[in-house]
Amino acid sequence: MRPVPDKRDKHKSKYTLDRGIPGAFEGETITRRRFMTGTAHGAGAVAAASFALPALGFAFGPIFKSNPHRWEVVGNIYQFPDNNYVPVVITLQPNIGEAGKSTVYMRKFNPEIDTDAADVDSHTPYIAISSRCAHVGCPVRWVDASERFICPCHGGVYDLLGRRVGGPPVRPLDRFYTRVNGEDVEVGPRFSVNSQLRRFSPRDPGEPLDGIGQYMYPSRPGAQKL
Amino acid sequence: MPKLPAPPLPASLKTPPPRPGQAGANAGPIEEAKNAGITVVDWVDERTSLSGAARWLMFRKVPKGTNWFYTLGSATMFAFLSQAVTGVFLAMYYRPDPAGGAYESIRYVTNDVFLGQFVRGMHKWGSSVMVVLVFLHMARTFFFGAYKYPRELNWVIGVVLLILTMVMSFTGYLLPFDQRAYWATIVGVNINGTGPLVGPYLSDFLRGGSEFGATTLSRFYAIHMLLVPGLIAALLGAHLYLVAKLGTTAPPWTKAHKRHELHETEV
Repeated sequence: MRPVPDKRDKHKSKYTLDRGIPGAFEGETITRRRFMTGTAHGAGAVAAASFALPALGFAFGPIFKSNPHRWEVVGNIYQFPDNNYVPVVITLQPNIGEAGKSTVYMRKFNPEIDTDAADVDSHTPYIAISSRCAHVGCPVRWVDASERFICPCHGGVYDLLGRRVGGPPVRPLDRFYTRVNGEDVEVGPRFSVNSQLRRFSPRDPGEPLDGIGQYMYPSRPGAQKL
Repeated sequence: MPKLPAPPLPASLKTPPPRPGQAGANAGPIEEAKNAGITVVDWVDERTSLSGAARWLMFRKVPKGTNWFYTLGSATMFAFLSQAVTGVFLAMYYRPDPAGGAYESIRYVTNDVFLGQFVRGMHKWGSSVMVVLVFLHMARTFFFGAYKYPRELNWVIGVVLLILTMVMSFTGYLLPFDQRAYWATIVGVNINGTGPLVGPYLSDFLRGGSEFGATTLSRFYAIHMLLVPGLIAALLGAHLYLVAKLGTTAPPWTKAHKRHELHETEV
């Protein structure tokens, strides 16, 4: 019988010729077959990545894009009382018609009732409450008689400051930054508040901001506070 | 004369070969036409060997007790095919333009296009039919125990198909772009956003930004008509392949065949 070479021999040479591999050439450490297989796989991976990576970046890019802040004139300083809301319509997204518009409830900052909003007042000479319900985003309306914001979808109820007093919402209504420019009142970007009316970068509805909620639902590059 | 491989029919259904003296191979134009058809099929088969695959797929043995419940999977597939065909024709009229064009194109299909209301109705109601059939098919598989070894992978593929069907329903709902479509999508995307940690990014991906924007509608349209139908078709093929490969199960009430003693006379 012929002796069978021990494959686990620790004195294995790095040269294919010494190891008796078929198709070996002198001075080569890898067979040509193996080299070509690796080259073909590598070329295939490069070709696949060259269209897959741009396509993925294209699809996921909007998540990481930060949007420019928009400021929009909604009225003059004489038009908004400090104890009741006036609805105005602002444009959140231009170029898409009605779908890009939203109702905002405006009122002048009132030191008597806006006492919780300690760090809010300097940015909001006028209080602008978003009509987007903090449950799943239906439009709430201000009901003057009961002094409540009421959501038609699932019965969310908010008080004069936009804090939840009933129903499924997980945080108060969002607000918008405001500023006064001459006699014009301007509405700027959105921000979210927790139940103490502390400011947070805008979150989508249904995402609580108290306790662990602010970490479970992180802020996104596309929606940052001012 | 070319000859196709015969399907395994019982002997009583097979046409007997012509007896000597009867009208045989050289009989009339009808026989000629028949031969021409067989020649064409045979030409293709000689170059592709498809007849073996077709026979493997279609002439399978099915267990005793196979009944109407076993048609729910095919029914779901035909609902999908109906959605695909009507969807292609609806796409010829649809414009994914959020500034009013989308709503107007759907209004045009519904009110002005010949048979437009009918085709749109088929697509709209067919989606509900498909979802109902998917669940009935799933219930059949579950209650008959047909998900057990060796068919677990087919159950997993089926669950993915169920999820993809739901994605189709969700993305298709926005396309008419009326008030109901708009607000249902707002609510649906926000429900996606309530998933911890990844939820906010997922809803940003769906909207193509942090607010419902100019590309949200075209994004939903592309997912609805390009991305998911391709995935469904591919997984449907895998699902069917596994059904043909593994065979179907007998209903759970079927008694196991009683092993009768072998008599010496039979041996």
